[in-house]
Amino acid sequence: MWTFLHKLSSPPYFYDLAAKMIPWFAATGVLLIGYGTVAGLFFAPPDYQQKDAFRIIYVHVPAAYISMMAYVVMAVSAGIGLIWRMKLAHAVAAGAAPLGAWFTFLALVTGSIWGRPMWGTWWEWGDPRLTSELILLFLYFGYMALRAAIDDTTRADRASAVLALVGAVNVPIIHFSVEWWSSLHQGPTLVRAGGPAIEPVMLWPLLAMILGFMLLFTALLLGRVRTEVLFRERRSRWVRKLVYPEETA
Amino acid sequence: MGFLSMGGYGPYVWTAYALTFGVVIICVAQGRRRHRRVWNDLRSRLQVDTERSK
Repeated sequence: MWTFLHKLSSPPYFYDLAAKMIPWFAATGVLLIGYGTVAGLFFAPPDYQQKDAFRIIYVHVPAAYISMMAYVVMAVSAGIGLIWRMKLAHAVAAGAAPLGAWFTFLALVTGSIWGRPMWGTWWEWGDPRLTSELILLFLYFGYMALRAAIDDTTRADRASAVLALVGAVNVPIIHFSVEWWSSLHQGPTLVRAGGPAIEPVMLWPLLAMILGFMLLFTALLLGRVRTEVLFRERRSRWVRKLVYPEETA
Repeated sequence: MGFLSMGGYGPYVWTAYALTFGVVIICVAQGRRRHRRVWNDLRSRLQVDTERSK
């Protein structure tokens, strides 16, 4: 295990391994999302209260999960990078941010589209779940802006890592917001005492969508980290050889 | 074509799905474009360097 981790932290090894893994993650993710979409839109029966509008759950919940998962990945990697000075960890954090921002945007917008027919409003200022998710979007923007503002990669890594770690308090706030405060947002469906409050015929497509989006996110993240590694290692021999083989030939 | 109307919620449901797949496509395209750009930048810089050292 440790030798594997050690090998993994070697940039050329990671660069090749990630390239081999991306198609598998992407293909499995697309298959699961394909099944989840068809089953969620056509096989699952309409909800007894929300009718067909509930089908938005199959895209909204995965988007919201990924928006938080990406932040956890970003903050944990940033922390590892700070403590052990591991460059690959900083590359992972930097790669996770734009993806996290996109999925947060998606969670906000699909939630808004769902809220309009169910709550009668697109947005409710002051609602804890909505506000904390919006803060998440701003944390991603702040993280990316900070990185973009510092030219030196090592300094950008350290400064942005501190921001990522401080902002991490927001993640549990998002998760528990619907339990701690009164919110328009409905309570948890899956992770709750007494098990999931949803029928299997509605549950399976949702689990497939969540897992599918996680796999797709992993594939996208590995791709982003490869680009980061390529740039960070631009002066190294292996990158020079890879990008410009004629030089040595 | 009952499923298209989604019991009157069609516009909401279909917009949400379209946006989701749109964002996925943007994420894929953005990642690829960035990789290509970094790759091409490095390559042209190395090319210039070798030309100079000749």
